[in-house]
Amino acid sequence: MRVARAPFQFFAAATLIRITGQRAHTLTDLLENIRNCTDASVFNHTFQSLQQHHFLTEGFSNDFAQWALAACNEPRLAERLASLDIRHYAYLAALRTDLVNTLETYLLDVPDAAQRKAFEPFYFCEAVTVAVPTPWQAKTLAEFCEGLHHVSIHTVHYHFVAARLREPLTVNDFSFWFEESLGLKDLGDRIDLIDIYTNTLEGVRQHILEEATPWLAA
Amino acid sequence: MASSLTTPTASSGGKIASLEDYFSVVGPSEVEEIHALANRLAGRSVKMVNSTAVGGGVAEILNRLVPLLSDVGLSCEWSVITGGNDFFEVTKAFHNALHGAPYDAPSQAFELFLSYNEQNLRHQSFDADFVVIHDPQPVGLIKARKSSPPHWVWRCHIDVSNPNSLVWNFLMQFVPRYDAVLISSPNFTRPLPIPQYLFFPCIDPLSQKNQELEADFIRKTLEQFSIDPKRPILTQVSRFDRLKDPVGVIQAYKLARKYKDCQLVLAGGGAADDPEGGQVLSEARAAAGDDPDIHILELPPWSALEINALQRASTIIIQKSLREGFGLTVTEALWKKKPVVASAVGGIPEWLTDGVNGHLAPGDPPTVPGLAEAILRALRDPAHHQMLRRGAIETARGIDGEQHIRVLLDVLRRAADLPAR
Repeated sequence: MRVARAPFQFFAAATLIRITGQRAHTLTDLLENIRNCTDASVFNHTFQSLQQHHFLTEGFSNDFAQWALAACNEPRLAERLASLDIRHYAYLAALRTDLVNTLETYLLDVPDAAQRKAFEPFYFCEAVTVAVPTPWQAKTLAEFCEGLHHVSIHTVHYHFVAARLREPLTVNDFSFWFEESLGLKDLGDRIDLIDIYTNTLEGVRQHILEEATPWLAA
Repeated sequence: MASSLTTPTASSGGKIASLEDYFSVVGPSEVEEIHALANRLAGRSVKMVNSTAVGGGVAEILNRLVPLLSDVGLSCEWSVITGGNDFFEVTKAFHNALHGAPYDAPSQAFELFLSYNEQNLRHQSFDADFVVIHDPQPVGLIKARKSSPPHWVWRCHIDVSNPNSLVWNFLMQFVPRYDAVLISSPNFTRPLPIPQYLFFPCIDPLSQKNQELEADFIRKTLEQFSIDPKRPILTQVSRFDRLKDPVGVIQAYKLARKYKDCQLVLAGGGAADDPEGGQVLSEARAAAGDDPDIHILELPPWSALEINALQRASTIIIQKSLREGFGLTVTEALWKKKPVVASAVGGIPEWLTDGVNGHLAPGDPPTVPGLAEAILRALRDPAHHQMLRRGAIETARGIDGEQHIRVLLDVLRRAADLPAR
């Protein structure tokens, strides 16, 4: 059995939500606040909200899109905002630019929507995550599967979703370890394709275990 | 007149709670991860202070949270401030005013509040590493803060989005002296110079109020209260408090009943820090009149199993609050896979999604016809009710106490990193 050059360390993560005090009552407000809010706010309403939508898969996982739909009744804008795939962004600044561009373009097309008051305000919040090592480490693929089977969905989110904004950028921790430490690039690539939008985090875990099983003998 | 803090005994139905008890609910991984997250705080001391040991959501939360924090290696103590009826009449008026009710506060009210906080200060030490003060009643204890750690956090469980300015301005002499404020919904934020964090309260899945029950016990509970198990049962579980609007619930039931046969259960008790309960209960009884299908149950604090059974036997759970900090009863109902019909106030929409796991009555302020209409939507046909039940089951997967401990540990860790004030 292949032994990794460096072990995989599973981390436990806890996320605290800080309410910033910025709020939007109209789409114009939303645009202004997205321009000015912290990176931690952009992260919270895009990457982190994906974890919050784990249990109830109704609506959009991107908070901005969900608010455009539910509070502003602008389904076309909601769809455009939701179509920004967070997996394609290495930096929050780039994601913020695309959010701003999407809103600006829409408000040019539909100027009446700009100042229409929403049913309820949008509250900007920041996600602040703390991560500490768990007792689970893996030196082989089999140990990795055992660890992945065991850890919580918070850990799955930390390594599979939030990891894309940590060095090395745009790749999840699991795929990076498969390639760099186990030499299993193909497995890493396949796992990176698992859809984080249509799967719950529990579903992501199951897909990874299914993909990894045929490689256990490698 | 009592004047010192008391220390309640936190328990879980006769047995001290341990995180390992939760393996069956959240799995061993969550428990291990909480231990890992708690490691850096091991050996530090925490003091929780609130105003009642029995009755209401805060006492329920602390009853389980305190032993669990001890179980992960913190030294956790829980104290309850004491005061005479005059103090609790003032704090109840403050409570209602902070929820937005009109209140011409006499100056004696503020003096009385300060006087009782001073008395409680003199009889207690605050040398724990972290002091967590719950709600406005003990907020003045911050005066015990010294220039070096401990760190102080104010946990505000009520909706202060639109407070009476007189009372809020009075509290502002204390609140900014804390390191942080924890609130249950983003729309409760106030302009403050200290950080405000979102912190959802939670239910305890293993408590007597939420544990699984034998069908036979549920049947016998209905028999005990002469409730017909064959007809739809609408239940609101709440203290008899004007902000929970039991009279409004009765009026909404009477409207809905014209179109759909059903029964109403109003089950609740009092809390030591709530002197208005008796009056509100009388008003509810008067509103119910002699309708045999309205069951107003005044239950003692040790009735958790009966409340659990009533919720599990219900067709839908109601929460017609006029204002609400969070609405733990909504979470309890969803945990029991019951659709909920509730006012869209406070933290209730955090868990309740209209048309998914129940119906929200969106009126602001909430109205009787709005609730009646929402009840009828939930009961309109068995297929729709079943769909709402499925939504409740999905939501229940995300409800457990472990997230509460994770976030609290994170708050304490963050407070520990702050420089001395």
